[in-house]
Amino acid sequence: MGHSSGKSYINEEPGLLSWFTSLDHKRIAILYFVAVMTFFLIGGIMALLLRLELFAPNTAPNVGQILKNGDAYNQVLTYHGAIMVFMVIIPGIPAILGNFFLPLQIGAKDVAFPRLNLASWYIFMIGAGLAVATFFNSKIDTGWTFYTPYSIRTGTSVVMMVVAAFIMGMSSILTGLNFIVTVHKLRAPGMTMFRMPLFTWAIYSTAILQVLATPVLGITLLLLTMERLFGVGIFDPKLGGDPVLFQHFFWFYSHPAVYIMILPAMGIISELITTYSKKTIFGYTAIAYSSIGIAAVSFFVWGHHMFVSGQSELAGVLFSFITMLVGVPTAIKMFNWLATLYKGSIEFRAPMLFALGFLFLFAIGGVTGIILAVTAVDVHFHDTYFVVAHFHYVMVGGTLMAIMGGFYHWFPKMFGKMYNDTTARISWVFIFIGFNVTFFPQFILGAMGMPRRYFDYIPEYETLNKISTVGSWMIAIGFLFGLYTIIRGLTSGEKAPPNPWGSKTLEWQTESPPTMHNFDHDPIVTAGPYEYK
Amino acid sequence: MAIWTLLMNKAMAGDTFMPVQGTEIAKSVDNLYGFLVVVSFVSCAILIGGMIYFGVKYKRKSAHDKTAYITHDTRLEVLWSVIPLIIFLAVFAWGWVVFHDMRSMPADALEIQVTGKQWAWAAEYKNGVRSSDVVVPVHRNVKLVLAAEDVLHSFYIPSFRIKQDAVPGRYTTLWFNAEKLGEFHVFCAEYCGTSHSGMMTRLKVVSQEDFDKWLTSESEIGTLPLAERGKKYFQTRACASCHNVDNPSVKIGPSLFQKWGQQETMSDGSKVTIDENYVRESLMEPQAKIVSGFPKPSPMPSFQGQLSESELASLIEYIKSLK
Repeated sequence: MGHSSGKSYINEEPGLLSWFTSLDHKRIAILYFVAVMTFFLIGGIMALLLRLELFAPNTAPNVGQILKNGDAYNQVLTYHGAIMVFMVIIPGIPAILGNFFLPLQIGAKDVAFPRLNLASWYIFMIGAGLAVATFFNSKIDTGWTFYTPYSIRTGTSVVMMVVAAFIMGMSSILTGLNFIVTVHKLRAPGMTMFRMPLFTWAIYSTAILQVLATPVLGITLLLLTMERLFGVGIFDPKLGGDPVLFQHFFWFYSHPAVYIMILPAMGIISELITTYSKKTIFGYTAIAYSSIGIAAVSFFVWGHHMFVSGQSELAGVLFSFITMLVGVPTAIKMFNWLATLYKGSIEFRAPMLFALGFLFLFAIGGVTGIILAVTAVDVHFHDTYFVVAHFHYVMVGGTLMAIMGGFYHWFPKMFGKMYNDTTARISWVFIFIGFNVTFFPQFILGAMGMPRRYFDYIPEYETLNKISTVGSWMIAIGFLFGLYTIIRGLTSGEKAPPNPWGSKTLEWQTESPPTMHNFDHDPIVTAGPYEYK
Repeated sequence: MAIWTLLMNKAMAGDTFMPVQGTEIAKSVDNLYGFLVVVSFVSCAILIGGMIYFGVKYKRKSAHDKTAYITHDTRLEVLWSVIPLIIFLAVFAWGWVVFHDMRSMPADALEIQVTGKQWAWAAEYKNGVRSSDVVVPVHRNVKLVLAAEDVLHSFYIPSFRIKQDAVPGRYTTLWFNAEKLGEFHVFCAEYCGTSHSGMMTRLKVVSQEDFDKWLTSESEIGTLPLAERGKKYFQTRACASCHNVDNPSVKIGPSLFQKWGQQETMSDGSKVTIDENYVRESLMEPQAKIVSGFPKPSPMPSFQGQLSESELASLIEYIKSLK
């Protein structure tokens, strides 16, 4: 474990300014952490507002209409979606936990291109700043999907927002590139590809997706900008364009993007389940390959967002078929995690509760994904609350649960302090129960036929909407407990030992928090990452 | 607790929460959906139940617990790859069969042209009748040819389990054969702006006899007095989704109640009298004079080239009558 001089990446360079010029991957991760958590707070408040508006139909007295009008509602839903997707969930795990732990897990001193890494953060912040600035210009109301021709005609700051997304995409590409090179070039002696922790595998697969898919989003958004600014006819039928073409382009990026969001989460889950059941992972190779498999197949399923868009029956059927194939590696991962619990020594600390919560919610998110992939059934469910519930089960129930679990798991390593496990577990209880209360009723609303992005609804849908809104308050309480836990941990947590949970991966074999150079002596790796014998 | 009881009662009654089944297709979709729900429930029970069982059984007893070192089990892994694959392919194929029925347009169908515009649907029949309600005869193949005037919309009848986007610049189609008489909700399912959630209409399924009667009486609209004709157009052209006619409150645009002959202040401060020419201009060039306090640009669509002189005259006559 080396000497303990009290020096760490946190205090080796003094002054606040040194953080903004630091090339250290850990410091850059913390920069992302602060930024992303701020955006999460904003996006979360938007979500609470949406639910509050939907508490009752608009005609109800007092509680009926909270927001000024339909435009205000559409703006709030657009910012909620755009912020949560582009500024929270996509950068969340790779840019924060990936940046911090990918080099540590493979025994490297830093990422391959530290300067590029800092540049990525600045590029991200410029994009994010521009996105937030639209709020003070004319608030956009296109939904996070920017579907044409609405996005060409609406009189709001679409160009500005689209440029913002383009810039953030650039940052995402550079981060992905950095990680790919890091994994190929900077592994410690003995750290073969198949000795890499599964979190690193997941970040690596995600990086490939980021590099390959994001340019398509960039080009699409650029075309949209050209059309709005210069009247070049690409997507608007009035100019001879085709609005459905935009959907093809958009989902060609945005479907792989949902795996950019979920793969890193799956990586975290592998780390948590092995650590807190003190057991080697079941089916290491299967999990590693299934990450790559999901990444590859995810490029060919975009048309399942478009079964009723006017694409041909044959196209719909083909996309449905390929989507079924992507379900298989996902199912394999679920069974592998379950098998890892078998004959383990399971400790119900907060991170493990989040991991088990992930399995619970992702199981539901997964099976409802298969339901939606069935063409005939999707025709009814498409663009209803069933879809809203499904993707919140995978994105929030999946990714966000994993982020929370990952934060608590790595908190002692990142900050050198312990957090209070009891308040963290209380936070989990509220988030987990609140989540199900919020989103399960939305499956039923979808079955009943309630379309999404609705400012108002018919009386039949009232009861379930009320329940859903109450659930959103429980989630808010849960996150307040989480915030309290983090702040308490930072200000008055006990000093953390190097390896409080008895993990086997490399990041736990150095000090908490690590020094600027991560390891005092270059590690030499002689075994796999989960040798709990 | 109340919700739990509600859910259990529904589940016991075999109710899947889906709306009334209005067609044969709806029944076949529900059968497939019912199967999917059962398989999903069993899969989740295995995963979540297994997780809870292992959690209880292998709860950590001491910090020195020894765990089994199991790296993989090829037989198990093949099993849990192949079984899901078979299930997925089976439901895929089943879905395809039903989807094919949905997408194969019958040759003998009654065709109705349905156009979506912000924020209303309009149905047009072969004999020229235009209606904001979609009226169809029972037990007859009906094919809707969908178009969109401005942005994307999606024609969704929950009770029939069918939905199809209306895309500007091309036609899309949808068919059904209604089995039940009555009124069914039609929603717009593709986000289309300010009043997206207000863009609904009714699908009225009537007997063939009533349908024929309705079609004839609607086509006789030309013989009605001007103001009454205007009232009809006010509905079918969706003016009513933004303008109130029986009270002065603002819906999306200004109310037209008791406005005729009044002076209004425009956004540039000028005063304008609401007369024939102002109404004509507002319909043809909605951005020209916007009443003060309303958004600029106005969300009001232009009706340039869409209204005949006689339709225009009857609308004006109707506005005059709003006292």
